[in-house]
Amino acid sequence: MGRIIHGKPVVPGAAQGKLLFSGEPISFWGGYDFHTGEIIDRRHPLSGQIAAGCILAVPFTRGSSTTTAVLLEAVRANTAPAAILTTGVDSFFALASIVAREMYAKPIPIFTISHQDFSRFQSEDYLTITEDGRITIS
Amino acid sequence: MTLSLTDSDLNKLHGDQGPATQMAMSILVQMAEIFDAAELMDITGAHIDSTIYIGEAGLEYAERLARLGARVAVPTTLNVSGLDERHWQEWAVPAQWARNAHRQMLAYQSMGCIPTWTCAPYQTDWKPKFGQQIAWGESNAIIFANSVLGARTERYPDLLDICCAITGRVPAVGLHLTENRAGDLLLVIQDVPLSLQSNESFYPVLGHLIGKIAQDHIPVITGLGVTPSEDQLKALGAAAASSGTVALFHMVGVTPEAPTPEAAFQGCQPSRVVPVTLEMLRAARRELTTAEGDQLDMVVLGSPHFSLAEFKELTQLITGKHRHPGVQFLVTSSRAMTHFADRAGYLQALHEFGGRVTVDSCILATPMLPAEIKTLMTNSGKYAYYAPGLLNTWVTYGSLADCVESAIEGRVVRDEKLWAG
Repeated sequence: MGRIIHGKPVVPGAAQGKLLFSGEPISFWGGYDFHTGEIIDRRHPLSGQIAAGCILAVPFTRGSSTTTAVLLEAVRANTAPAAILTTGVDSFFALASIVAREMYAKPIPIFTISHQDFSRFQSEDYLTITEDGRITIS
Repeated sequence: MTLSLTDSDLNKLHGDQGPATQMAMSILVQMAEIFDAAELMDITGAHIDSTIYIGEAGLEYAERLARLGARVAVPTTLNVSGLDERHWQEWAVPAQWARNAHRQMLAYQSMGCIPTWTCAPYQTDWKPKFGQQIAWGESNAIIFANSVLGARTERYPDLLDICCAITGRVPAVGLHLTENRAGDLLLVIQDVPLSLQSNESFYPVLGHLIGKIAQDHIPVITGLGVTPSEDQLKALGAAAASSGTVALFHMVGVTPEAPTPEAAFQGCQPSRVVPVTLEMLRAARRELTTAEGDQLDMVVLGSPHFSLAEFKELTQLITGKHRHPGVQFLVTSSRAMTHFADRAGYLQALHEFGGRVTVDSCILATPMLPAEIKTLMTNSGKYAYYAPGLLNTWVTYGSLADCVESAIEGRVVRDEKLWAG
């Protein structure tokens, strides 16, 4: 049994995976290698981590408009995060997920969570998310 | 909030204007619901960042829209592509990449877009006007259009920009609406020498710092003792939109929505006041350099794309000189600007110096650099920010004069006097 928090669905969907989180916003262009799923922004705390298949939690995106295109490539290459959690609605992530549904019938589940829940994440957390945003942390 | 659509919106959504418009409107409506928009609104211009080829998915998206017969409904400029269409073979671009990137260029051109192929569309004939509602992609173009021109665009991501252009509509939210354009963060520049403020290398550093402080807030900048040039504001914005999520800044007495601090804050009080000191700027400048030592393989200028004024400034520094044989020297710009630079004699001076020009694209958007290029030097905050991650190169940030001097010397040299205080 784990702790339970609630996410608000931006793009609903069930997912589970190891949590990868940082309080630092991220740009996927220059920040995410869609061939491998590695975070490659060398100024970012998650640099060098593989986000493919993980639940990625960041406050929001920063920088380049191309973040959406990189995330769409990652969906096609099966190197995308299993789900993404943000603290506010992030239109870049949302759009990539919507286009991934349109093009490949593979939307990425995206939820917003409260700052308070975000601040309590631990690096060893494993998350199980239901379609409606019930997040079990174990 | 429930999204209310007009009859015309619904017709587009139901496919009355063909399958491409239907697909674009479907994506747009889903995004409008996520934005919690009450309605859509008209735009009169667009700038498409989706032109940058990065892989098969983006190409498949562009070609699907093109195959379905997509046509843009408003004047639409195109951002840099993944290829210098006519000169890519002079560089290390793989042929397969070139084929795909070119297909993507043709797909967007087929939709009736204007083939400007530049990340500085605000320095073309299609520069938007004050108050004009537009849908722009490309982070540096977005921040310039909003801040310096007073045009109104949200921060449109790749793939959505083209949906807005095809439908001529955007969700009526965010920076399209007056009340969301008020500043909320006051940045006060303190004790920065005028000699530094007058140098072009000050502005990318200030932008980099502002992006980090402001994140996704709207900063209002006061305390400058000089009036920055258009190119300096362009450099500031590009850096702030790289290190942060800034889509609009106000500079009191300089940008059009900030004649006074009161106007910039729309009569409200700033939520936070942050002093910007020389010490903070020095730290920000250090962050833009990842290289150690003075080894140098290439100087690269022009992100955002070099303007005619920048070509002129460069010409004054390089005339009668020649670069060191061990250091390549590259300027990235648009076809149009390069044409004017040629007419003015600036390209001749650049060639005599041993420099080259790439158009339509840039080092970040096309894999043009040969593997032996490991260390770069630039006066662009955006190049300095993205090159380490995208190109796996080391980078040194310096002024234009530093870049030229280093190219001549064959190693990194920087004049530290400006930053000494």
